[in-house]
Amino acid sequence: MMELNSQRMEDFKGRYKYLVAFVGLAFFLIFIRLWSLQVFKGSELRRLSENNCIRLRENPADRGMLLDRKGRILAHNRPSFEVYLVPEDLKTNPEVVIKIAEMLHVTQDEIGEKIKAQKRRAPFKPVKIKSDIDWNELALLESYRVHLPGLIVDVRPRRAYDYGDLASHLIGYLGEIDENELKQSRETPYRMGALIGKYGVEYEWENDLRGVDGGRQIEVDALGREIRPLGIVEPFPGSNLFLTIDLDLQKTAEEAYQGKNGALVAMDPKTGRILAMVSKPSFEPDIFARNILPEEWKALLENPHHPLQNKGIQGQYPAGSVFKIITAIAGLESGLITPNTALTCTGTFPYGNRDFRCWKDRGHGSISLHRAIVESCDIYFYQVGLKVGPDLIARYANEFGLGRVTGISLPHEKSGIVPSSSWKKKRFGVPWYSGETLSYSVGQGYLNTTPLQLLMLISGVANGGWLYEPQVVEKVENIYGKTLKEYSPVELGRANVSEKTLQIVQEALRGAVNDPHGTGGTCALKDVKVAGKTGTAQVVRLPENFKKGDMNRMPLKFRDHAWFVAYAPFEDPKIAIAVLVEHGGFGATAAAPIAKKVIEKYLNLEPSPSLKMEEKQIEVDYAD
Amino acid sequence: MQIDRRLLIHFDWTLLGIVLAIASIGILNLYSATAKTEMAGTPLYLKQIFWVLMGLAVMVTIAFIEYRFYSDFAYIVYTAALFLLIVVLGYGMITSGAQRWVKIGSLSFQPSEFVKISLILALAKFFRRPPQPKGYLLKQLLLPLLLLFVPMGLILKQPDLGTAIILLLVFFSILIFVKIRWSSLLTIGLAGAAVVPLLWGFLKEYQKKRIFTFFNPDLDPLGAGYHLIQSKIAVGSGGILGKGFMKGTQCKLGFLPEQQTDFIFSALGEQWGMVGSLFVVGLYLALILWGLRIAVQAKDRFGAIVAFGVAAMLFWHVFINIGMVLGMMPVVGIPLPLLSYGGSFIISTLIGVGLLLNVSMRRYLF
Repeated sequence: MMELNSQRMEDFKGRYKYLVAFVGLAFFLIFIRLWSLQVFKGSELRRLSENNCIRLRENPADRGMLLDRKGRILAHNRPSFEVYLVPEDLKTNPEVVIKIAEMLHVTQDEIGEKIKAQKRRAPFKPVKIKSDIDWNELALLESYRVHLPGLIVDVRPRRAYDYGDLASHLIGYLGEIDENELKQSRETPYRMGALIGKYGVEYEWENDLRGVDGGRQIEVDALGREIRPLGIVEPFPGSNLFLTIDLDLQKTAEEAYQGKNGALVAMDPKTGRILAMVSKPSFEPDIFARNILPEEWKALLENPHHPLQNKGIQGQYPAGSVFKIITAIAGLESGLITPNTALTCTGTFPYGNRDFRCWKDRGHGSISLHRAIVESCDIYFYQVGLKVGPDLIARYANEFGLGRVTGISLPHEKSGIVPSSSWKKKRFGVPWYSGETLSYSVGQGYLNTTPLQLLMLISGVANGGWLYEPQVVEKVENIYGKTLKEYSPVELGRANVSEKTLQIVQEALRGAVNDPHGTGGTCALKDVKVAGKTGTAQVVRLPENFKKGDMNRMPLKFRDHAWFVAYAPFEDPKIAIAVLVEHGGFGATAAAPIAKKVIEKYLNLEPSPSLKMEEKQIEVDYAD
Repeated sequence: MQIDRRLLIHFDWTLLGIVLAIASIGILNLYSATAKTEMAGTPLYLKQIFWVLMGLAVMVTIAFIEYRFYSDFAYIVYTAALFLLIVVLGYGMITSGAQRWVKIGSLSFQPSEFVKISLILALAKFFRRPPQPKGYLLKQLLLPLLLLFVPMGLILKQPDLGTAIILLLVFFSILIFVKIRWSSLLTIGLAGAAVVPLLWGFLKEYQKKRIFTFFNPDLDPLGAGYHLIQSKIAVGSGGILGKGFMKGTQCKLGFLPEQQTDFIFSALGEQWGMVGSLFVVGLYLALILWGLRIAVQAKDRFGAIVAFGVAAMLFWHVFINIGMVLGMMPVVGIPLPLLSYGGSFIISTLIGVGLLLNVSMRRYLF
């Protein structure tokens, strides 16, 4: 037996080298794998292991403040208390959710949904349950804190706008950063969920306002418990912006609207600095700072009056009679009319197969250019328009910056439309009809302008043809009060119009406010001479038998828009203003009084009663 | 019992040296891996020292008993181990969802660990008689297959997939070692392949999930794939020289689950890097090759098969465990000999080493 045994042992010996080879191969595989993990991927996995145990707790920087030109605070930051829960801790203490739901006046389901919504959350990363809780809730949470494991209350700076919806379109609003913005901001890293300027100055000056976020690196264990801090980077607050607007003037302008819709822009004609910018209806920027509710967002979007639009730069309207300034300049500059050219207005102007009418049914009789502007005679300008043609009109409109964006540093500015024969050919493929020149010469038809563009026009007329870039920010200061950027006035150029022509127009505009039959008499002031022009922008074409008084019986959305542009004082212009009242009817009644209040305020004048007499009112009330 | 002087002369000091080296590293490693985890009672490394000392005592006892004795009692030992397994299924207490432990007094142990040794002994006894020149026939393998399947079925029922796999691998290793006809091996292999889908149904949900996530760990990075990802991060982050003793963030901060048992190697790799890992892997290689040498130099077939069985058991444990930690294999819950914490496993490993020593020092005795 033993003999046989040892004999067959040779088999085992023969197998030895294969077994060694097999074991050797297996260990070689282990060696290769160790090499690949520890040498080849070593540094990457080292980084991952650090990511595992190093958490970054952000400490967002205070956003820069927005101040008016005199340094009064329009937007700043206040502490907001945010409630977070760590879902992992809730598993062992499910009763915490019940207690917190009760204390914060939310339902348990809402909390559950918020936790579920965070799908790709790192383990132990807290989920925000409610932001900006009030003091009572905070006190309640803090006093029960020991019984609420998994609860984190964090304090964050929160944007605050002290004057509600004041200048909301200029200031703009914040919103949570979206994926596109995250991708685009490569050199300035944002974290997910960061608030970023989305509109207005908050958007355009985002880089100055945001500051540098700080944070703490802390080592945590697998349960997310903090072990020790590794490093702290203090946040650096964003820079403060001094806006060009004046808080008092802005308030006056906002109040002057009294529930009307429209836009007002006022600027210093010698610098281009915007003094007030109103767009109505407005919105509360605050609701964006606290993450707007879907209902609120829907309400804003579906509001037929477009509260989210800054109508001063985004609203496009026919210029109405304000455009007669351009028609007059085109006529004078081309030499086709002189100041003395007298044309006759009989109240109706038959052209083609249609009767074009003047706003004044009785007609103005034979009048000169001055009176035509002062009394805003339509038929006079029909005839001037026919003399100069659409292309010359377009040329002088372009000279004053109509038909293109002004370059104001605010998002979504519209360019408007200045039609010409080539424009129409290109756009519609049909030639210009001379009948269209008639409506064009009084600012109707294809023409579209923004209130800011008409402000540029009136400001250019006021200061001898110079066009300045409209500015909304005067300077940027860091928190130590050091000026980082200063925006000095930028000349865009001078409208190629002679001094003489401008003088004639200026005189006529002064007359429109101050002469006995001037259409802008509702803006006349006692101590200061104002120059201005009224206008009415048609929303729908009116029937030929339309009576002036019928306008008030029209449905609101079909009523005309009222314009008024002006500057003052006449001798040394300090403020230029464009006022649009949507569906306000006539410029003289709806828009000019608003301009008057703002000019009075800016020039520190006593509010003066209307100068015009009763019998005149009926006439000018309907003036175009 | 009289101990032959020649036994002491031929005592295998090399084997003992390798085993003591691995066990010491194991204790040190366990100390650093569990130092920061707050646990009530005795620290794990102290318990491990106790188990190692006890295991060494058992090992020496096993080594000095003439192994013919084991041959005589092989089937009885096997039956006893099987009985304990059944006891576990009946009265076993439940730990971590699996019934693996039997409690006697204040000591609890896993009978499945001893089933591995008893199966090796039983198979050695069966294959003690040499085969026909061309190897064993299929019909001669009915008893060995029964010896395998009864405990394997019971262990799968616990469920303990890892140990069942080890039993299967050790069984086939021994079949190849004792020379089985290739046709028979093929038949068994094919039959086995046919049974796999059937066995799949036996697997618990968590076991299936582990196998799925092995093929795609990102499927569930915070659930079943967590072990794999964190373990690879731990080992890889060690780099060439490691993060240093007690400086492993992965294990110290608790990112590695079961860091003291199945994933102990990742703690080693993280702290000692490539250099330390290769050193320990080298020790295992030496242990296994030494075991194979003992097997082929044994004086008889029983000794050779026992030694080979133990070497094969150690090999599969080391290979599968490290492979799993390094993400080369699914997570199946197989501990690493002498490094992983666990009393029964330390004892059974050291019983195996005792058998190796036993066969080794009797290779010149007739």
